[in-house]
Amino acid sequence: MVPLSHYLVLSAILFGIGLFGALSRRHAISILMAIEVMFNAVNLSFIAFSRYLPQSQMQGHVFAVFVIAVAAAEAAIGLAIVLGLYRNFKTVNVDEINLMKW
Amino acid sequence: MSVEQGLFYFLAAFSVALALIVVLAQNIVRAAVALIFSFCGLAGLYILLDAEFLAAVQVLIYVGGITILLLFAILLTSRIAGKGVRVLNEQKVVSGIVAVVLMVLLGLAATRGFEAPAELPKQPENTPRIGTLLMTTYALPFEAVSILLLAGMVGAIFLARKEEK
Amino acid sequence: MDFLIEKATALGVPTLLAQVGAMLAVCAVIILYISVAAMFMIWWERKISAHMQVRLGPMRVGGWHGWAQSIADGVKLLLKEDIIPTQADKLVFALAPIVVFATALATYVIVPFGPGLMVKDLNIGVLYYISISSLTVVGIIMAGWSSNNKYSVLGAMRSAAQAVSYEVPLVVSVLGVIMIVGSLNMQTIVEHQAGRWGPLPWNWMIFGGGLQVVGFLCYFTAALAECNRMPFDIPEAESELVAGFHVEYSGIRFSMFFLAEYANMFVVAAIAVTMFLGGWRGPDFVSPLLGATLGPKVAGVFWFLTKSYFLIFVMMWLRWTLARLRVDQLMHLGWKVLLPISFINLGATGLWLVLKDMR
Repeated sequence: MVPLSHYLVLSAILFGIGLFGALSRRHAISILMAIEVMFNAVNLSFIAFSRYLPQSQMQGHVFAVFVIAVAAAEAAIGLAIVLGLYRNFKTVNVDEINLMKW
Repeated sequence: MSVEQGLFYFLAAFSVALALIVVLAQNIVRAAVALIFSFCGLAGLYILLDAEFLAAVQVLIYVGGITILLLFAILLTSRIAGKGVRVLNEQKVVSGIVAVVLMVLLGLAATRGFEAPAELPKQPENTPRIGTLLMTTYALPFEAVSILLLAGMVGAIFLARKEEK
Repeated sequence: MDFLIEKATALGVPTLLAQVGAMLAVCAVIILYISVAAMFMIWWERKISAHMQVRLGPMRVGGWHGWAQSIADGVKLLLKEDIIPTQADKLVFALAPIVVFATALATYVIVPFGPGLMVKDLNIGVLYYISISSLTVVGIIMAGWSSNNKYSVLGAMRSAAQAVSYEVPLVVSVLGVIMIVGSLNMQTIVEHQAGRWGPLPWNWMIFGGGLQVVGFLCYFTAALAECNRMPFDIPEAESELVAGFHVEYSGIRFSMFFLAEYANMFVVAAIAVTMFLGGWRGPDFVSPLLGATLGPKVAGVFWFLTKSYFLIFVMMWLRWTLARLRVDQLMHLGWKVLLPISFINLGATGLWLVLKDMR
């Protein structure tokens, strides 16, 4: 049987990778993809907990369902914003979008 | 090493390798394809955790919805980019350190913090139970998420539509 | 497949080996079935289209009505040169047909060919089918993008938009049946359609509960769009987009797309038969000849294949009868016509269930 800690360590690794991507990529859509990786890591740890620790109302699973729903909404809006950015700035690299910098 | 452990290590290595490709790839379409396979790897892990409903929902929504959305956006915003374009910005060292420190902290917390039982508790039949719970105990969050999705839809359509002259 | 595993472990084979062996054997059987069925369907389509257009179709290859035409075509495709465009992304280009074919193959896991004759009787059968069938779109986009060709990209984007738009009416129209049966399990859905008077069609879901006829028509239309079949075949419009997203593919890669399309057609028909037309239920006239264990299975397979191929005939009939829809007409149909209809069907089914319980 795979111990719970294995799943949690895997979730931590995926979260770290996603975090690195979200902080250091330049392409706006890459950042969104790294955020999706982070969401997945979190879902994995929710479901791992739901399996290994007794839960009266399947909180882990239900929370994971809501995380997936919210991730879908966030991806849609994020991509709409990226499209708007591309139309106005003709670039999708986030460090070239610095009109509001002092 | 039992079959379950072997499958776990394989799927874990698969998911981690693909996530690394997602954050490090030069070509963004390859990163998106790696993301797709990473989601599938995670769906496999969910099945290993007896969460078959979540695995199917993960494939349906993440792979069948979000990644298609991502690919569409990539196709619509692609420019002729040369090979030498930098992929990572100037924060890469600091964010790398932060990510590694976070991984180590979370890993330590995971291996020392939780007392998992020796044998697994019995999992109720997944889909009917989740369905019932969504309609009874979690009815309010369910309705709130549907309003959120509606707002998201309207917002995304509004933001992304062509501007009238 | 569980049956095979039990047999093997009973014979003393270690469990892991039995499982893997059974999986490989079943996979081989399914691939063989897909190949044979696709070849038959291609020939059949050419004959049907020919007779509908008052001509004869393949007549020479193999003698009687050109039955070996598909085999000849298959051999030709296999022997063709494998051309990859120079600027194409080779890895994604090679991976795309594999993804499309693998997902078409993966949907065969929950096709109930007969009583107890499923690859695996998953508890989330219908949900599994819906989620795997949405992976085909990913493969199509990969194919379109990696061909480095404007027509491919356009075709891929149109196909993806079409598939995604018609997924929602597909799911919602199937939900009506699931609400009545109460389970996502395919065999349970088939067994629910058993009647007091045996296998008569009185209890088929298409006539049961609320407006399931509407559900069936809605599902059939949405599934036609998912398969990229006429009248929804803008993505591979031969006369417009020069075969759309698979224009740069040749030889084996193209044949994988082709096979995947026909495999998809069969699965779509199979799901429609299972949910709405009674699955493998039918008068069992074989049992007196073959005994009680084999008889029902053979009769089940016979009725299942008959019904599925009848639906496939209807699909081909529609292809050669109706005109192709333009992209905006297609989107209008999907979002403004089918989606409200399927939601009304869902609501009516729910109302019918509540009233049935109140009576």
